[in-house]
Amino acid sequence: MIMTIGLPRALLYYKYRYLWEIFFKELGCRVIVSEKSSSQTLADGSRFSIDECCLSSKMYMGHVYSLIGHCDYVLVLRVENFGRKEKVCVKFNAMYDIVKNTFKDVPLLCYDVDVEKGNSELKGFLQMGKVLGKSCRQSFFAYQKGKRAQMIQDKQKAEKQLKLLENQEQLKILLVTHPYNIYDKLIGFPIVKLVEESGGMPVYADACDSTSCRKESEGISKSLNWTFNKELVGAMNLCKEKVDGIILITAFPCGPDSLVNELILRRFKHIPISHIILDELTGEAGLQTRIESFMDIIKEKKKKRVVNG
Amino acid sequence: MDKIISFPHIGNYHVPIECLLKFIFNDCKIQSAPPITKKTLDLGSRYSPDFVCVPFKYNLGNFIEALDNGANILVQAGGGCRYRYYGEIQQQILKDLGYDFEFIQILSGDTNVFSLYRTCRNLGSSISFNKFVYYVLLVCKMIQDMDNIEFYIRENIGFEVEERSFEAVHKEFLDALQTVQSFQSLHTVYKKYRQKIGALKVDKPTDCLRVGLVGELYSLMEPFSNFFMEKELAKYKIAVSRYITLTYLLFQKTRQSKKVLREAGEYLKFHIGADGTDSVAKSKILAQGGYDGVIHVKPFGCTPEVNAMPMLQNITKDYKMPILYFSFDSQTSETGIKTRLEAFYDMIMMRKGTRYE
Repeated sequence: MIMTIGLPRALLYYKYRYLWEIFFKELGCRVIVSEKSSSQTLADGSRFSIDECCLSSKMYMGHVYSLIGHCDYVLVLRVENFGRKEKVCVKFNAMYDIVKNTFKDVPLLCYDVDVEKGNSELKGFLQMGKVLGKSCRQSFFAYQKGKRAQMIQDKQKAEKQLKLLENQEQLKILLVTHPYNIYDKLIGFPIVKLVEESGGMPVYADACDSTSCRKESEGISKSLNWTFNKELVGAMNLCKEKVDGIILITAFPCGPDSLVNELILRRFKHIPISHIILDELTGEAGLQTRIESFMDIIKEKKKKRVVNG
Repeated sequence: MDKIISFPHIGNYHVPIECLLKFIFNDCKIQSAPPITKKTLDLGSRYSPDFVCVPFKYNLGNFIEALDNGANILVQAGGGCRYRYYGEIQQQILKDLGYDFEFIQILSGDTNVFSLYRTCRNLGSSISFNKFVYYVLLVCKMIQDMDNIEFYIRENIGFEVEERSFEAVHKEFLDALQTVQSFQSLHTVYKKYRQKIGALKVDKPTDCLRVGLVGELYSLMEPFSNFFMEKELAKYKIAVSRYITLTYLLFQKTRQSKKVLREAGEYLKFHIGADGTDSVAKSKILAQGGYDGVIHVKPFGCTPEVNAMPMLQNITKDYKMPILYFSFDSQTSETGIKTRLEAFYDMIMMRKGTRYE
């Protein structure tokens, strides 16, 4: 019998998509990914979440809900840390238990990344392989293959990004937000579209090489210990000379972002930054006005610079 | 210029913290921030990021008021969630406001006795390492004793025969703690006030209403931030149990982390961050212990506690025990909270009535 594994298209899917898809395919499972977010997904997600949860996690619940009944297992990742001082938002610590307690009789496939306590990613994948009835050897090679594919994809993305940054003709706008916000059809996509429509070229902060970004972030803040935010802050620092403006996008009420964005706004002084907070009720019109006026300011600024030589 | 050390408030713990700093820094002035008022919160929220959790705003307000009063060394701690990152942002905000000060941050996980000692030496303390350890241990014991007495007070203050008798003794006790110099004097003070508070007359029926308090540590321990909820509950003659104290957080939590997860049983497989795990485990224990209800408090947007809420809802369903959820922000109205508490009291009262009939 072929097992079907469901991947919710939300949160860390955008970071580990190739690793997951190839790992399960190598083990002979069928992989289905939930549909792109729609307003129905969000409505379902809000229904099954506590109302104070952040927008991204509500979206996640919506995606999990849409997978119920269509697969044998839903993959839920639980992350605590990637090592010392490499923590993540506590939402990721609890994702498994939240899903388990909300949807009671849904079979979940889970792997735990807690490097400080000795649970590496590899260990998690081997355990998952065991649950699926595969040998350690099989899972190990599948993991290796998936990891390599993911690495190649990330590298390609970073290279493409570098090429974009060299482009001089268009206005380059750096979009700083977590991948699960910016690549989401409902949360980030409208912003990308608006930036493009008003003549800008979106550049993604999360596409930069993560290792160098993490190192770079130490120049901005020493005590920052959320890995994902480190990557974003580092990417901002790497790109700030090459882009014309920055748009910070936050899903309300994101815990880490609430503090880190404040720091960004206070420490990046010489570049125009627009800070956009999104929640379930964001109207397209308001967003349009803000982005258009932001783009206008940048255009004027650039014109002045060209005139003044 | 004189060095004046200050730190933000949390409950009555400014007493032991002040003692510790006084022991270590003989020649510095120790000045805890002015007591929290509405103005503190207003000041804090004016300069804070929009949707940061409310303890940040209280702390920032405390710092601003302390700096205005002349403090020039600020101390901030840091824990497992967003709290860990408070220090750097607050430092930046205060610097941008134009204050001149030194900022000391004590982060859990990165700190041990040696690094603490080094920090103190760098700040100009001249005490020896042995003395330093002695005073740290003394203050740890002081915190424990304080928590023991306050635990007893919470359980019994609702049933005092003579009005305000507990409050008076409690205040006396806190004043007496400030005179403590050694383990011996601490022991004398503790013994004296335990007897004193134990001798106060209470009229506590065996089947009184019992409510547990769980949730985020700051909202639990700082009475101003939860609108003096414990006092309010005492007025309704309810015994209040709260297990999250500084003693628990500092000395027991890391040791008991596996035990807590086991206690949470089928509701949790992993830790859910900061105090979320404790909230679930304690609520389950309280439910099994036949409590009439649990009140869950948190600042708005507190991720670990929001994480715990689906499990708490399941506990309500499984054990048929009501849980009241409070979420505090700088805008929360006191009347709203009082109304909800009153309704909650009526509800558990009626439930108790029907159970006996």
